[in-house]
Amino acid sequence: MDFTFNEEQTMIQDQVEQFIQKEYDWETRQELSNSDLGFGANNWKIFAELGWLGIAISEDNGGFGGSSIETMLIMEEFGKGLVVEPFLETIVMSSGLLDQYGTDEQKSEVIGSVISGEMHLALAYAEPQSRFNLSDVVTEAKVDGRNFVINGFKSVVMNGPSANKFIISARTSGKQLDKKGISLFLVDSDVTGLTRTDYKTVDGRKASDLNLENVSVPSESLIGSLDEGFNILDESIDRSILAISAEAVGAMEVLYKTTVEYTKTREQFGTPIGKFQVLQHRMVDMFMEYEQCKSLLYMATMKNEEGAPDAKKAISGLKYQVGKAGKFVGQQAVQLHGGMGVTDELNVGHYFKRLTTIGTIFGNADFHLKQYTSL
Amino acid sequence: MDLTFSDSDLSFRKEVVSFLDNEYPTDIKEKQDKRIPLEKEEIIRWQKILHNKGWFAINWPTEFSGYKELSVTEKYILQEELAKANTPTTIPFGMGMCAPVIYSFGTEDQKEKHLPSILNSDIWWCQGYSEPGSGSDLASLKTKAELVDDKYIVNGTKTWTTLAQHADWIFCLVRTETTPIKQEGISFLLIDMSTPGIEVKPIITIDGSHEVNMVYLDNVEVPKENLIGEEGQGWNIAKFLLAHERSGIAGIAALKRELKRLKELSSEIPLGEGSLLEDSQFRSKIEETEIELTATEFTELRTLAAMSQGGSPGAESSILKIKGTELQQTISELFVEMLGYYAHPFYLENEIGSNETVGPDYAAPVMPHYLNYRKVSIYGGSNEIQRNVISKAILGL
Repeated sequence: MDFTFNEEQTMIQDQVEQFIQKEYDWETRQELSNSDLGFGANNWKIFAELGWLGIAISEDNGGFGGSSIETMLIMEEFGKGLVVEPFLETIVMSSGLLDQYGTDEQKSEVIGSVISGEMHLALAYAEPQSRFNLSDVVTEAKVDGRNFVINGFKSVVMNGPSANKFIISARTSGKQLDKKGISLFLVDSDVTGLTRTDYKTVDGRKASDLNLENVSVPSESLIGSLDEGFNILDESIDRSILAISAEAVGAMEVLYKTTVEYTKTREQFGTPIGKFQVLQHRMVDMFMEYEQCKSLLYMATMKNEEGAPDAKKAISGLKYQVGKAGKFVGQQAVQLHGGMGVTDELNVGHYFKRLTTIGTIFGNADFHLKQYTSL
Repeated sequence: MDLTFSDSDLSFRKEVVSFLDNEYPTDIKEKQDKRIPLEKEEIIRWQKILHNKGWFAINWPTEFSGYKELSVTEKYILQEELAKANTPTTIPFGMGMCAPVIYSFGTEDQKEKHLPSILNSDIWWCQGYSEPGSGSDLASLKTKAELVDDKYIVNGTKTWTTLAQHADWIFCLVRTETTPIKQEGISFLLIDMSTPGIEVKPIITIDGSHEVNMVYLDNVEVPKENLIGEEGQGWNIAKFLLAHERSGIAGIAALKRELKRLKELSSEIPLGEGSLLEDSQFRSKIEETEIELTATEFTELRTLAAMSQGGSPGAESSILKIKGTELQQTISELFVEMLGYYAHPFYLENEIGSNETVGPDYAAPVMPHYLNYRKVSIYGGSNEIQRNVISKAILGL
């Protein structure tokens, strides 16, 4: 049993921490979030130069062959800075999947450009009716000679506006809820028949809805085997849950600490409000929720890394806890900051908003409690 | 004990329903049903319609409103039907807050000057209570009013002032004297917002809306006759006001409407082969909320009944404030939960209701509402302060 990080991991952690402290103050974050692109193109270059974009990609494919521990450390620091760059979307959700299951052609076309920061990706898995069920897929891909023709609709595709390519789940056989019969396709964002509706999301990021009308792609666009895309997708979402949970842990740490500091300085009734026992206990609960999340995060990340048989169950347990704790910590941080907590000016409300979306993304607490029970 | 409505209550309900059928403007109804924020003009128009029927300032003594007196049950029925039809919430600052102070403590001149314009919704009021350093500890307020000849010179900063950007007048708590007991030096002053030296600056909240403001007062000259009651009486007036307006404080009728809507909408959200409403986890959250809501409704009814028999309302209003706001937050949270990913696309006030939004057509205002409603457990005396009130006044701790 060992909860320490190795030298390389500690180095990465320090590097990301320093980047956040030096380059990512709150005003900068807000400027980037409110810009047309929605994040810093220059920051993305820096991530590439520092090797973060290829950290979890295998060495065979030009990456650094790191583990999900490195991803966890990066995402936790990103959570502290409320980083809006689409590391989760392009790197964790999408390139990891291609690294493992892409064809040689797909890898050479995409992975190098992703690692060098020139290409963005987005994973289009949700549909209007699917809620959190990855196997609820109505979008359809039909064989047409040497091509597939895709028709359907994908909802709230995170990083959609910046993506050069989409990974799209579509049904190639079976019924709406079947796990078998789902296939994944690598599709250019400018392909004929694909229409994007872009919008901002409440957490200061961007997403798109995709309408697919007779989108014709060559058969080489298939990722993995025909009809067998579900497991590939599911594995990628599991890694993404670990990553987004690390982000949540970072955000919760900032919120509980900021709240403690605020209550030490905010005076009412002639005394700092942090002296009131009811608020002290509330903050102790916030702190404990954060610690509990961190424990489950470490446990589930290691289990997944080891390929333990109960890794999936651990991941659902983690996401349940993150949903529950993120809501509590976020809501209470706002409450204890009083009126200031609901202003757009203060960063507390923005951390709360990100924790709110994290609570939903990849399945909310209810969904993962049910998953946990079924596993 | 009797839970049934009398024949006259039932016919009153019919009267309200037919009034709504005939008088509730369809353009306002359409915006309300889509949860599109209303313009000032639309709110005024609706308040005038209610007033013409004698159903606007229903809690005023009839000598000031000129209305036919409504019984407690009739008021309950009226509020329930207004909420059921999703009519606009009336703005409380003039009609519900400032006016009761004026008719209870004001001079004849003050009543004559202000009450008719409040009743007609011609003059809009805002409330100048909180200050940057005085939130829960309201009595520590520092805005100073100094009497020079026949004028008060007012200096200070008010914050969280709702709708100050639209207000013609503001009622303020100001410090007229520095006293050892801080409550004793506070006075209640009415100030015309067009007086030189007043500056209103917007505060944008996390839902992206502009509802609250900072109000800066820099050597603002206020005629002495705008003082309500005596100098130093302001704190007692403020306490009177807090205890006064308890009818509808929990917003029960609106909560019932929203919970019903939540059920209807979630029954249309597919989940596997059924609907979200059929999901045991989501369903049980709705039912728990419904039970809590019913309990709060009857706690309110018991409080109102005690009052109508001459009982004096006390810290019970704190129970209704806590439970009502907790329910408001829970229901706003369940709406977000219901939408799943489609709670995330984010639109500003002026975009809500446009054709550009994605997801279900009711989705756009859901997240802003959830975010905005984090305020309800903070404002009007935070829920922590309300619990202090109950523990002190009821439990004697």
